[in-house]
Amino acid sequence: MSAELFSVFYQFADVFAFLILSAAGLAIVFGMMGVINMAHGEFIMCGAYVTVGLVNLGVPLPVAQILAAVTAGLIGVVVEFLIVRRFYKRPLDSLLATWGLSLIVTQSMLLIVGSAVRGIGTPEGSFAIGEYTFSTYRLVLFGCAVAVLVGLYIIFMKTRFGVIARATMQNAAMAKALGARTGRIYAISFGIGTGLAGLCGALYAPTMTLIPTMGATFVVESFVTVVVGGANVLLGTAPAAVFLAMIRMALNASYGQIIGQIGMLFAVILIIRVLPEGLSSVLVRRGR
Amino acid sequence: MFKLLDGPQTLGRGKIFWSCFLAVLAGALIYPVFADSYDVGNFSYFLIWIFMALGLCLMWGYGGMLSFGQTFFFGIAGYGYGVLAINMGGGTTTIAAIILSVLIAMAAAAVLGYFMIWGGISGIFFGIVTLSATLVLAFFLGQTAGPEWHIGTARLNGFNGMKGMDPLAVGDFYIEGSALYYVMIALIVIVYIALRMLVNSSVGNVIVATRENPQRAEMLGYDVRKYQLLTFVIGSGLAGLSGALYTSWGQFITPSSIGLPAAAMPIVWVAFSGRSDLTATLVGSFLLLFGFQTITVYSQQAALVLMGTLLLATVMLAPQGFVLGIGKLVVDWWTRRRRREPAPTLADAGRLQSDET
Repeated sequence: MSAELFSVFYQFADVFAFLILSAAGLAIVFGMMGVINMAHGEFIMCGAYVTVGLVNLGVPLPVAQILAAVTAGLIGVVVEFLIVRRFYKRPLDSLLATWGLSLIVTQSMLLIVGSAVRGIGTPEGSFAIGEYTFSTYRLVLFGCAVAVLVGLYIIFMKTRFGVIARATMQNAAMAKALGARTGRIYAISFGIGTGLAGLCGALYAPTMTLIPTMGATFVVESFVTVVVGGANVLLGTAPAAVFLAMIRMALNASYGQIIGQIGMLFAVILIIRVLPEGLSSVLVRRGR
Repeated sequence: MFKLLDGPQTLGRGKIFWSCFLAVLAGALIYPVFADSYDVGNFSYFLIWIFMALGLCLMWGYGGMLSFGQTFFFGIAGYGYGVLAINMGGGTTTIAAIILSVLIAMAAAAVLGYFMIWGGISGIFFGIVTLSATLVLAFFLGQTAGPEWHIGTARLNGFNGMKGMDPLAVGDFYIEGSALYYVMIALIVIVYIALRMLVNSSVGNVIVATRENPQRAEMLGYDVRKYQLLTFVIGSGLAGLSGALYTSWGQFITPSSIGLPAAAMPIVWVAFSGRSDLTATLVGSFLLLFGFQTITVYSQQAALVLMGTLLLATVMLAPQGFVLGIGKLVVDWWTRRRRREPAPTLADAGRLQSDET
């Protein structure tokens, strides 16, 4: 019995980790600046390629993954400075600008690198409970997702940067008047967001085929998690991921991946009819 | 009737504009006489996509709803035409198939639109929800390779695409080559004129008022949600028309015409052209499609990089669109030359001037 229970938890953890890791970066950028980064998938792809490149050069996997996340974060800061910065007053245009960037990056990668790169296998290691065997790496991913949530909680709730960032989130003009350098806060937040995207790519690189269009695999999950989470991302993202992971897990188990994804989409469309502000609006109301 | 054609919501009016319009139309009509049949076929192919662009222009430029789901409805109608044409047989029934498939796409738009618009989704979320639906449809169709995925006798065939449906036909006469070209021209003229009349009608004024300020429009007593849904259904139905025509033109359709990067293309055309005007969208989309096709022959990736660059350049340099901007410069220069006095500044493209009568 406990083996079955663990198996259910394991499947939940797998989907939950995927949702959190793919959505965290997008959610931070959206929550701070009200901008959806359409090139999110390309930062994920960047993280994956850097990881595989470094591992093929002989760098140990965990080190390569951290370096990949940092690389994606730094590129994000540059992109913020060159492009995204101009669009904070025009969020819809930021969508178009980053989508243009995404097209440029994906198709240039296809031109330069070609379609397939030699991947690295999933780290070995499995364990058995009862008659089931489980891959250890999938649990590592779950651990990473939880660590990302805890890390974001600490950064945004316990540090001085977090206080200023939340003030900027609530009222940028007022925060600026009080001396916060909102421009810098935005750049750092965008960097954190793309860094998390890079981390997502780095963590999933060993489990996937590397193709320049791999970002598209993640964007649906990240979009729907952010939509269900709602405006207050610090509050909404984790419950949204729990909710969607439950639906997805139930459908995956009985009908397969694609039906799981379709079911998740239907759930999201129903949710926005009932709760257009997302789950966080309910939580905020309860909190008061 | 003519008043609706030359109303305040569309640029280009008066004798000069309509003479140009007729000249271009006449040129388009005699084109097949001079060109070889391969080029005529290619032109029909560009014209297929114009409907999708005009639909997006209506939703985004006039209605203020940025839908990323044009290829979603393109795909529904495209696959719909395939399934219907295969199951109902060829001949004149293909005409019924094309009409039914567009209606299916419009019904899908009504359902999706109901949930989004009545849920109060707007702005960025409207875009990403429609894009999510689009990508999920593309993923779904991509994994339908097995023989168990079929509707009637029509196999979906996964990434290889659905094929084997009949092209448009009336009785034994296949509408191909020049005939198809003339059908396309006729459809484009009808759609263009009809959309012009729609946006200049009282319904169109409410649609534009909703874009400008939904609360204000609501306070004036209009149920803005109904107008938004109407706009969304018409715009998406036009994408469906493109899809059904595409499938009948090439007698095949694959999921890659739904997913990324195809989903970005209508956005690029309309943004580059100038979303706030139907004529600019018509002209700009055609130019872009022509350019894209020319480059694709050498490298599809390079053509897509160019499209991405154009999108980025448009929002950074000319957020209202390049074609519209250039068109306005020309008109500006023209009026200044004629009057020999400072030209009246054209109202910025976001809000067109009201009728001064």
